[in-house]
Amino acid sequence: MKTLFTELRVALVATLILAAVCCGLYPLAVYGVAQALFPKQANGSLLTDASGTVRGSHLLGQNFTSDQYFHSRPSSAGSGYDAANSSGSNLGPTSRKLADAIAQNVADYRQQNGLATNAVVPADAVTASASGLDPHISPANANLQADRVAKARHLSRQQVDELIGRNTEGPDWGVFGDPRVNVLELNLALDRLGASSPTSKSNP
Amino acid sequence: MKPLDAAQLALFVGILAIITKPLGLFLVRVLDANGRTWLDPMVGPLERLTYRFLGIRSTGQQDWRQYTASMLAFSLVSCVFTYAILRLQDRLPLNPQAFAPMSDHLAFNTAVSFTTNTNWQSYVGEATLSYFSQMVALTLHNFTSAAVGIAIAAALVRGLVGSSVRTLGNFWVDLIRITYYLLLPVTFVFALFFVSQGVVQNFSSYTHAKLSDPFTVQVPLSDSNGMPVMTNVVVTVHTAKLQADGTPVLKDGAAVWEDVPVRDGNGGVVHTNLPVMVDQKVDEQVMAQGPVASQAAIKMLGTNGGGFMNANAAHPFENPTPLSNFVQMLSIFAIGSALTYYLGRVSNNQAHGWSVWTAMMVLFLVGTAVCWWAEARGNPIHQALGIAGDSGNMEGKEVRFGIFNSALFATITTDASCGAVNSMHDSFTALGGLIPIFNMQLGEVVIGGVGAGLYGMLVFVVLGVFIAGLMVGRTPEYLGKKIQAYEVKMAMLALLVLTLSTLGFTAWAAISPWGLAGLNNSGPHGFTEMFYAYSSANANNGSAFAGLTANTPWYNITLGLAMLVGRFLMIVPILAMAGSMARKRTSPPSLGTFPVSGTTFVILLIGTVLLVGALNYLPGLALGPIVEHFLTGQSQLF
Repeated sequence: MKTLFTELRVALVATLILAAVCCGLYPLAVYGVAQALFPKQANGSLLTDASGTVRGSHLLGQNFTSDQYFHSRPSSAGSGYDAANSSGSNLGPTSRKLADAIAQNVADYRQQNGLATNAVVPADAVTASASGLDPHISPANANLQADRVAKARHLSRQQVDELIGRNTEGPDWGVFGDPRVNVLELNLALDRLGASSPTSKSNP
Repeated sequence: MKPLDAAQLALFVGILAIITKPLGLFLVRVLDANGRTWLDPMVGPLERLTYRFLGIRSTGQQDWRQYTASMLAFSLVSCVFTYAILRLQDRLPLNPQAFAPMSDHLAFNTAVSFTTNTNWQSYVGEATLSYFSQMVALTLHNFTSAAVGIAIAAALVRGLVGSSVRTLGNFWVDLIRITYYLLLPVTFVFALFFVSQGVVQNFSSYTHAKLSDPFTVQVPLSDSNGMPVMTNVVVTVHTAKLQADGTPVLKDGAAVWEDVPVRDGNGGVVHTNLPVMVDQKVDEQVMAQGPVASQAAIKMLGTNGGGFMNANAAHPFENPTPLSNFVQMLSIFAIGSALTYYLGRVSNNQAHGWSVWTAMMVLFLVGTAVCWWAEARGNPIHQALGIAGDSGNMEGKEVRFGIFNSALFATITTDASCGAVNSMHDSFTALGGLIPIFNMQLGEVVIGGVGAGLYGMLVFVVLGVFIAGLMVGRTPEYLGKKIQAYEVKMAMLALLVLTLSTLGFTAWAAISPWGLAGLNNSGPHGFTEMFYAYSSANANNGSAFAGLTANTPWYNITLGLAMLVGRFLMIVPILAMAGSMARKRTSPPSLGTFPVSGTTFVILLIGTVLLVGALNYLPGLALGPIVEHFLTGQSQLF
C-alpha cells in the first residue's frame, strides 16, 4: 500500500514537472524564437491590401464564384473554405452522394468554361480537398479557366497566362510535391492589374 | 505515376537509412542512465533537478513488476490530469474563443486517446479546444506517451540481452532522459523549421479576412427562441430521367436529370419536416490560429498524430509545403527506425538490427506501391462522369501533395502508428484504403509507433524463432536464450487480445443501432468505417475513416476501451516476457542456433507477421474494402 502511494506521488510530481517543461517552456521558447525569426509565417502568412486590410492567407484557399476570378476547388469546410472548420467530404468511392456531387461539378465546370459536354476535366477541379482549404489548383485546371477570366476582364489570354505563370509553384527544391497554382494570390494579382474594371457579375 | 514520384520515394528511404545509425547511436547513450551526450552541459542540471523533485536515484533499478507499476501509475495520473483540464477548460487561461468544457465521455475518450499514444480525435480541434487544452493537456502526452513507448522497448531489449539479471532499468529515469535528451531538442529544431515553412505559432484570436468575392449560402432559419423553423415538404430524389423501357433519356449525349417525389408503400407522396433555409451572405473568412508548430513537431516525431486542426496534416497551417510534408514523414519514421539500430548495437548483433529494419522496409515498400498504384489509377465510377483518367483519385487530397505524397503519407502514418493524415483515407479508392487498415492490423510493426513498433516486432521475432525451432525440431533460442512456453504464451497473449478486441468491438458496433447511427457512408464502405475505427484504436494509431461520427457516448467509450486494451494489455505481457527472459542465462551460439540475421530470417519474419498478424483480419477485410473494390468495378453506388 505504501509503495502504491509512493508511486502515485512520484507520478503526480513527474506529470507536473513534465507539463511545466514540455507544455510551458517548450512552446513558449518556440513561440519566442518563431516570432523573432519568422514573424510573417508564425502569424499565418497573411496577405493585406494597400489599405492594410487582411484579405486572406497565402496558405488558405477562398471561395470564388464570379466569372472574373479563378475558382478554387470544391470545399467541404463549413459553408465553403471556412478556415475555422477544416474538413474533407469523407465520402467513399462507392458513395452515391459523392458521385452526384462530382457529376454536378463536372457539368458546372464545363458550362462555366465553355467546354464540350463530353470534355474530360482535371480531377482537382471537381473534387473536394482533404482540408477544404486547399489554396491551390493544378496548372491544367487554371489553364482551362483562363479563357473565361480573360473574357470577363477584357484582358488578353497572354496577360492572364503571364499571371498564372507568376503564381505557379514548381515542386519544392525541384523534387518534392506537385506543381500548383495559388488561386488567392492569382486573383488578388488580377485585381491589382486594374486595367479594366470587371463588367460581368454573373453567378452572384 | 510520375518519375519524380519514384525519386521522392528513393530519397525518403535513402535519407531514412542514413539517419538510422547516428540516431541509433544517440539512443544508446540516452537509454543508458550513465550515457554521455553533447547535450549534458545544458540538460544535465535540469535532469538532476528533476530527479531531486521526484525523490529518485538515477542508479535505482527496477524488476519487471516495479517497472510496470511505475509505468501504470504514471499513465493513470497523467490521464486524470488531462481529463481534468478538458473538463475545466472554460475556467482555465488561453481560451480566446471561449470554448465550453468537453462532455464527460468525450473527455474520457480524448484523455485515454492521448495517454495511449493513439491520438484518435472524436472532436474538431479548432472548434472545441482552448489553446491551453491543446498546449498542456494534449501536448504533455505527445511527449510522455512517446517516451513511455521508447522506455518499454528499451526495457524489453535489456531483458533480452541481460544475462541472469532481475532488473530492466528504471522507468522514471528512462522517461525523463528520453524526454529531455531526445524528444525536446529534436522537436525544438523541427518546430522552428515548420514555422519557416508557414506553420503558425501564436496565441492570437482567430483572424478575420475580407473576401474579394463574397457569396451566399443557405442556412437554417431560427425563430426568436433559437429553434429551427421547420416546414412540411415533399421528399424528392434527384435521378436520371428514364424512358418507359428503363433506359436513360439522353440530351446531347448526357443524361437528363429530374426531381421525382418519393412514394411510400401505398403510393402516397412522402413528406418530411425540413428546416426552412434562408440566404446568408459570407463576406469574410475566419482563420483558426494557435501554437500549432510546437505541437505538430512532436505529434510526428512521437508518432502521436493528433492534429491541432480537424484536417490534421492536410491543413495548410499544419503542413504548408511539400518540403514540410517530407520532413514530417521522415520524422514519423526516424525514432522507430533508429531503435532497430539500438537493438542491434545493444544485442551485439548489428546484422540482426538491420535484418529487422529490412523486413520492415519490405513491408513498407509493398504497401506504398499498392496504395500509390490504386490512388493513381483513380476511381472508374468518377472517370465515367468526366474526370480525366490520368489525374487519379483527388477526392480528399491536397494539390500540393498530389497522389503520390498522399499515398506515401497514408502508408507511413499507418505503418508507424502515427495517425496523422495529409489526405482523407475515407475517400481513398477501395484498395488504396485497404492498405492503411491492413497496416494497422499487422500490429503496427512496420517501423511502428516509437518503441511500440520495436516491442511489437520483437513479439513476432520470438514467434518466428519459435516456429523455426519447431520446424527443425530444436529448442528455439533468441539471442542465446531459450524461448520456452511462458514466453510464447505471453507473445500470443499480446497478439490475441488485440485481435479479439478489434473484431469484437467491430462486430458489436455493426449490429447495434448506435454503431450504424455514426456512419457517413453506406454499403461495404460503412462497415469499413467501423472496422477502421476499432483497428485504429486497438493499434493505437488514431487515424480514421473520418466520416464516422464517433463523438457519441457509445463510440467514445468503446473506442476508449479499445485503446486501453491495445496499449496496456499488450505492454504488460511484453514486460512479463522481458522479466522472464532477463532471468535466463545467455549461452553461446551453437551450430544448431537459428541465425537471426540474413535473408532466411527476413523472409521468416515477414511470413510470421503476415500469417499471424493478418490472417485474423482477412474475413473482415473481405466484407469491407475487398468487396467494395469489385463493386466499384461494376459502378455500384450506395
